[in-house]
This record gives sequence, C-alpha cells and structure tokens, in this order.
Amino acid sequence: MPQTCDVLIVGGGPSGLTAAVNLAAHCRVVVLERENAAGGIPRHSDHTGYGVRDLRRVLSGPEYARVLVERAVAAGAEIRTESMMTSWVDDHTVAVTSPQGRYEISAPAIILATGARERPRSARLVAGDRPAGVFTTGSLQNLVHLHHGSPGSKALVVGTELVSWSAVLTLREAGCETVAMITERDRPESYAAFHHGAKVGLSTPVSTLTKVRRILGRDRVEAVEVENVATGALRTINCDAVVFTADWIPDNELARLADIDMASGSGGPQVDTMLRTSRPGLFAIGNLVHPVDTADVCALDGRHVATAVRDVLAQRSTPVQSVSIVVDAPLRWISPSVMRLGDGAPSRRKFLFWTDEYRSVARLTATQGQTVIGRITLPWPAAPGRVLRVPSSLLARADFAEGPITIALT
Amino acid sequence: MSPVTWNQFNREAPDVFDVVIIGGGIVGCAVAREFTAFDLSVALVEARADIGDVTSKSNTAILHTGFDATPGSLESRLVRRGYELLSRYSTVTGIPVERTGALLVAWSDEERDALPKLADKAYKNGYEHAELVDAQEVYRREPHLGPGALGGLAIPDESIICSWTSALAYVTEAVGRGLHLLLDRSVTGLDASGPVTEISTTRGQLRARWVVNAAGHGADVIDRFLGYDRFTVVPRKGELIVFDKCARRLVNSIVLPVPSSRGKGVLVSPTIYGNVMLGPTSENIHDRSDTSTTPAGLSFLQSKGQQIMPTLLDEEVTATYAGLRASTEHDDFVVDSDPLTRYILLGGIRSTGLTASMALGEHVVELMKNSGEVLRMREQLPDAPRMPSIGQASLRPFENAELIDRDPEYGRIVCFCERVSRGEIRDALESAVPPTDLDGLRRRTRALMGRCQGFYCGAEVQALLSDGLHSRRESL
Repeated sequence: MPQTCDVLIVGGGPSGLTAAVNLAAHCRVVVLERENAAGGIPRHSDHTGYGVRDLRRVLSGPEYARVLVERAVAAGAEIRTESMMTSWVDDHTVAVTSPQGRYEISAPAIILATGARERPRSARLVAGDRPAGVFTTGSLQNLVHLHHGSPGSKALVVGTELVSWSAVLTLREAGCETVAMITERDRPESYAAFHHGAKVGLSTPVSTLTKVRRILGRDRVEAVEVENVATGALRTINCDAVVFTADWIPDNELARLADIDMASGSGGPQVDTMLRTSRPGLFAIGNLVHPVDTADVCALDGRHVATAVRDVLAQRSTPVQSVSIVVDAPLRWISPSVMRLGDGAPSRRKFLFWTDEYRSVARLTATQGQTVIGRITLPWPAAPGRVLRVPSSLLARADFAEGPITIALT
Repeated sequence: MSPVTWNQFNREAPDVFDVVIIGGGIVGCAVAREFTAFDLSVALVEARADIGDVTSKSNTAILHTGFDATPGSLESRLVRRGYELLSRYSTVTGIPVERTGALLVAWSDEERDALPKLADKAYKNGYEHAELVDAQEVYRREPHLGPGALGGLAIPDESIICSWTSALAYVTEAVGRGLHLLLDRSVTGLDASGPVTEISTTRGQLRARWVVNAAGHGADVIDRFLGYDRFTVVPRKGELIVFDKCARRLVNSIVLPVPSSRGKGVLVSPTIYGNVMLGPTSENIHDRSDTSTTPAGLSFLQSKGQQIMPTLLDEEVTATYAGLRASTEHDDFVVDSDPLTRYILLGGIRSTGLTASMALGEHVVELMKNSGEVLRMREQLPDAPRMPSIGQASLRPFENAELIDRDPEYGRIVCFCERVSRGEIRDALESAVPPTDLDGLRRRTRALMGRCQGFYCGAEVQALLSDGLHSRRESL
C-alpha cells in the first residue's frame, strides 16, 4: 500500500518550499527533496539579493534557503531530504528512492517544482577534446561553495547574462581570473554588466558576436577556439577552465514522464494562470515553467498555486472554457500559456516571456483571430537572458470563445 | 594529483611469466580471462591507468550476429562464435544486454535493391533469421523514421550490450583467477631471440615464454618490435551524438544504414543506458590519440539525423564523443601465431572485436595448443563475478527495495540523472579492479554520464572518488 498525504511537492527549492508554507496549515504536505538539504539552487549561490519580493528582506542565498526551510517546517510540512521521485506509478502515485527505503506515495494534489539547470557543454554541441576544467555555473558554484575546490587559474566564461556575472564572482572568489566573457549576440546584457560588472571592477573583457567552436586540451583545458559569428574568423583564447553559463533547460523529465501537455519553447509543462498542468490534480511551478526567473518570483508561484490546490482538495471543479496563448519570434515562450474563464490573474499579475532579441522599448501586441485585443509599451527593455515580465492587463480583453491568442514583440 | 597506479599482485610475480598479454582492451581482457583458466602464470600489461580506456570504451556497443561479415572470413567465424559465448556469459555475470533487434533501412532504389543480397549474405554467414520487410512494415516497426524509407531487412537477434561491463567482467574474473594486472606501463621493446621473450616497459623489464599482442592501435608498433612489417593501423575516427533518455521512446531497434556506393551511412540506436545514439562518422586520421569531436563531424551527424529521424533532433543532447577504430589495409582480423618465438598477434580487431572477444580468447588458446603447448585446466576456478546492474532494462539498485532495506547506501542517490547511489560508487571504489579517475568511475557506475553532466553532482562524485583513491593509497 502506498503512503498517502494531501499535497505532494516534488522539489524543495524556493517555489516548492513556499508552496509548502502556504498549504501545510490546512493539510498534510510532504516535500520530496533529492539533495541532502532542502533549499535548492540558492544554497549553492553565495551572493546577496535573495528574498526581496517574497520575504521583503535581503538575504544571501544560503540564508534565504534556511529561512524558507524553517518556515515550511514551522507551517507543518514534512520535508524528506535524500528522497528522489524516480517515476510515476499512476496519476496520483509516485515512486520514491531514499535511504529509508523504496516506497510509493499518493496524493490528490501533486506539485512539480523541479527547477531548471544550465545546458552543459555537450548539449550545446561544442566540439573538441573532452578535458577536465569544463563547468556550468551550477557545477562551478557547487565545487567552490560546497566542496571548496579549485576550478583553475584562468577561465573563459561563455555568456554575458546575470548568471554569467555570478560565475565571474565565484571564479574570483576561488582565485581564478576570468580572461574573457563571450556572447553570440551583438551586445552583452547591459543591465547585468552594470550591476555586477561594477563589483568586479569591469575588468573582464567582453567579446560579442563570438561563439565557442572547439575546446582544446587532452587532460586539462588548455585553450578554447572561438569564432566570430559575423566574419567566421577564428582565434584561440588560452585558459584552463571554461564556464558555460545560462542557456536554461527545465528539469522536465518527471513532467515528460507524466505525459502532460508541454509548453512551446520553454521545455517546461504547459500551465494555466493558476499553475495547473493539463492533468487534473497536477501542478507545475517555479523555473520548471519559466526557465529562469529569480528565486523570489519562483517563491511567489508557490504562494499563488495554493488557491487551485485547495480547490482540488475541496473537490471544486476547474473551469473548462479556456484559451491558449502563443508567441511570435523573437519571443521564445510565454508562461503561463493558458487562461481559463473564471480563473484569477497569473502570479504577481504578470505574464512571463523570454525574448531572443533586444528591444530598447518593448512594445507587445496581443491578437486573437484578426482582432487586436491588447497593446502595451513597457518602460523597460526586452533583453535576452532575462525574463520579460508583462502586466496581465494586456490580455484583459481575451475572448474565451475564440481561438488562440498570439503575442508579438515589435 | 597523479592517478593511483594499481597493480594486482595477489601472488608473488614469477621471474618468467608463462604468458604476457599486451593491451588491456576488450580483447586483451578476454584473452586474460581465457588463459587464467589454465595452469599458467599470466600478466596483462596496459599502457593506460585503467582497462578498456582507449578504443573499447567508445564503440557502438552492439552485440553482432555477424550477418554482414565477409562469409568465410575469420571475423565471420569468430563474431558468430563470440555472439554465442558472450550472450551466455552475460546471463551468468549480469553484463547488461537488450535484444532490440536491428533494422536495415533502404532510402534509395540502389539500397533497396541491395537488401536481398544482404539477406543472402546473412544466410551464408550462418544467420538464418534475417527477414526482408516492405516500407509499411518498416514504419510499423519504427514509426518515428523520417519520410522516404523504401524497405528494410530485419535482423531480430542483433542486440545492444554494455561494452564497459564486458571488459570489466573479463578482467575481474581473470584477477580472481590470479591474473597479474600491470597498469600504467607501456611496452617499449620486445626481444624474442632468446629462450624467453624480454619485454621492456616504462616500468621495468618483464619476461615471458609467450607474448600475445592485443595492443589495438599500437598492435603494429608492437609487431614491428619483433621485425615484422605486415600491417599498419590507420585510426578511423567515429564521432557520435548521444541523445537524452526522453528520446528512447522514439527508437525500438538498432536502425542501420544499407551499405551503398554513397558510403556507409550512420545508425540510430538505443543505448544500453536508455539513451539514443546517432553516428558514427568515419574519417581516417593520423594521430592515434585524437579523440576530439569536430564541428564538421557533429553537423554532418545532425544532417543525417534530420533525414533518418527528424524528431530525434528536437530532443536534448546528453553527450558527444569520438572513438577510434583500429582499421588496417586488410579486410579481415590480422591474427597469426609464431610457435618459434611463441608470439601471437591479434591485430586489426575493429568494432566487431567486442562481439568476437571471447571467441578470440578461445582461438588464441587453440593457436597455442596447435604449436605443441600442453595446457592444463586448473582444477578449481572461482565463480564468475556478478557485475553491477547498470543497464537501463535491468533492475537497478535505486529501485531494488530489498537491497535498500539491507543497505541504505543504495537508497542514497548521488547522481540524480542516472540514479546512481552512493552504495554503487563505494562498491566500484572497493572492487577488484577499481577506477583510477572520474571517467573510470563513470564507466563502472554511470555516474556523471547523464543529462546534467555534473551540474548537480559533479563535485560530490569527485569528492567521493578522491576519498576512495586516498584510502586505497593508504592501504597500499
């Protein structure tokens, strides 16, 4: 016989823990965390700036993780660490492996909060040798912050997004110089450079329109061959470490095994504004559905999802009439991408977008059929490498009897 | 940190070994296992710090029926025999094998017209279950193939196998039978002019009555030490792309190309770890240690994959790598024995060497007997080892409730993508032939070979390895 609880949360990062905080007062909540401590990515990320939007405080990553765990436990949630969901048994039952045993657990409501990670070198099809010294920001921070290891002495950082600068800071802390940062785009992500570059003295040279072609070095990275994507010109950068940053992919294996509808472009499951997936009783929150936004925005998904989870527990029905939302290039994805008649606005009253091109002034147009149903001009730019947050009022005039809504960035 | 060099001397080394095998690839390991069944002192000399660390680690890992070998060749005979032997051995030791079958798919009239001849060739090779199928049947078997398939030839007994575990099983059994495993030493010279052969290595001199050359890419170099000039190894590079486990549902069997005037195509195959493989390329190169992938090779594979199975390209890539085949100017394995100098050559063993490995072991023993050597079976042999269950289709420790109840370390998952437990990593580090580096640990456990490539567990696995190597160094 499987164990039972009311709400099973898969993943003990900011979104999963916050969902636990908001649900545990009313029902039995179990959080499955596969690492030996809950807290998620912030545990590995030893810089400040966490907790602003959800806790109204400014904390370091590890402090933030600790506070979220304490709050979830105080609310009555049971956090099971070293406990990994490995597969589905049926729509409401999962199989778990832990040192306490291999078991099944069932719940009427299950929330996937498995987060996202960076694409590693291999997934980016970077050719060359396969030496030691190739990292993602995640594996680098894990090595430096949790295991106090040394990444090398001279690093090339691939990417110029927020997380790329975070990698530069981690490298500096480990005594490793960043010899260059490169991006295939025609401009670095200026916001990140302004905020984080200042802290490292803006000493790091940034090459735009540049991509990694080959990694050289038999046992240890010796150099990286890079290509100018405009001219095809090649050059070699000597370094003993390469950090591949950003290029996010949700940890979507369990979602895909659930055989639910997947969103277009993000790699995560499709969700509606209440964070329901296409399978009744199954929810998805955090960077699994918007890879990636900041930890506090993920946490607020955890607060937002509680309403629809309580509806499931109270056996209230889900609105049937719905409309889906798609995007035109250069927008890559929107989340959530389904609206249901009678549901509330999305978390923080924002739709989240990813863009592949920079627009200094972001103008968005929503059309349904031939009809323009909304326009908005944002006072902030649309920039690659950073979630574009758009007020949900853009879609206030959606017609639930019509076909899909298309959103374009001009 | 230098890798631990680990030499298995469970007995006093004799002044003169009865047999020294040069090369610890799949073939050398199989030969070692075979010889240690007899009353002989046997040493295996390997240049790398681990067995199976060069060619054997990066082949396409298919257990071949030998349907497409050249009829009448030594390769044909040994592949067929090896298929039987290794199939049986895998059930005894737990080497992961999945009998997926293979499907040759014709994409042009020329390729379709070649299928009956291939079916005939299979028959001549003693394989009787090949079956010609029409296009409709091709798509029924492999619904995710791209458009344009005109027909196929089904080979229901082709299987996928774990080549890493195979080599490791052989050498583990051989070590249990008393093999002297001498790692991290290259052979630099041979002198067979005296009554025993003098073998110079980078770590001192060895002496042997018999020498078996199973040196793979170095086999021609070793052969020349004895004055021969009969073949040259030309490394032929093959690049491969491994797709995420989410792609596994797209492919049921090994989808093979039909050899045609346009050259050999690439295959799409499930892997024994639950991924999908696309490749290999085929390029003759000069540098025998160049296993780098190339921008041209990877984009060639992508374009091939786009034709064979377009939806495969939508899936994430987990890994890319390149392996080297030890091709020669000869069409067949280059196997020879010289009773006067007591020397046996196993050269030009290409990718079919995995399947043929145990048959090659048998064959070498025959060659030695034929030269008048009297070999006595040892009376008591230890049981064959039971190998770690790292195949996707077998029951893995993380899902084995009974095992976890007995030892919770098997429930403590370290590598999340591949679901490798701390217990398995511990076992590998404490095994008879332990890993010396991360790559060796990966081949023994699957740790780090998954989709995140170490994003989550890289540092922890490295720490466990360092601890394991440290305690081994202490105990030596």
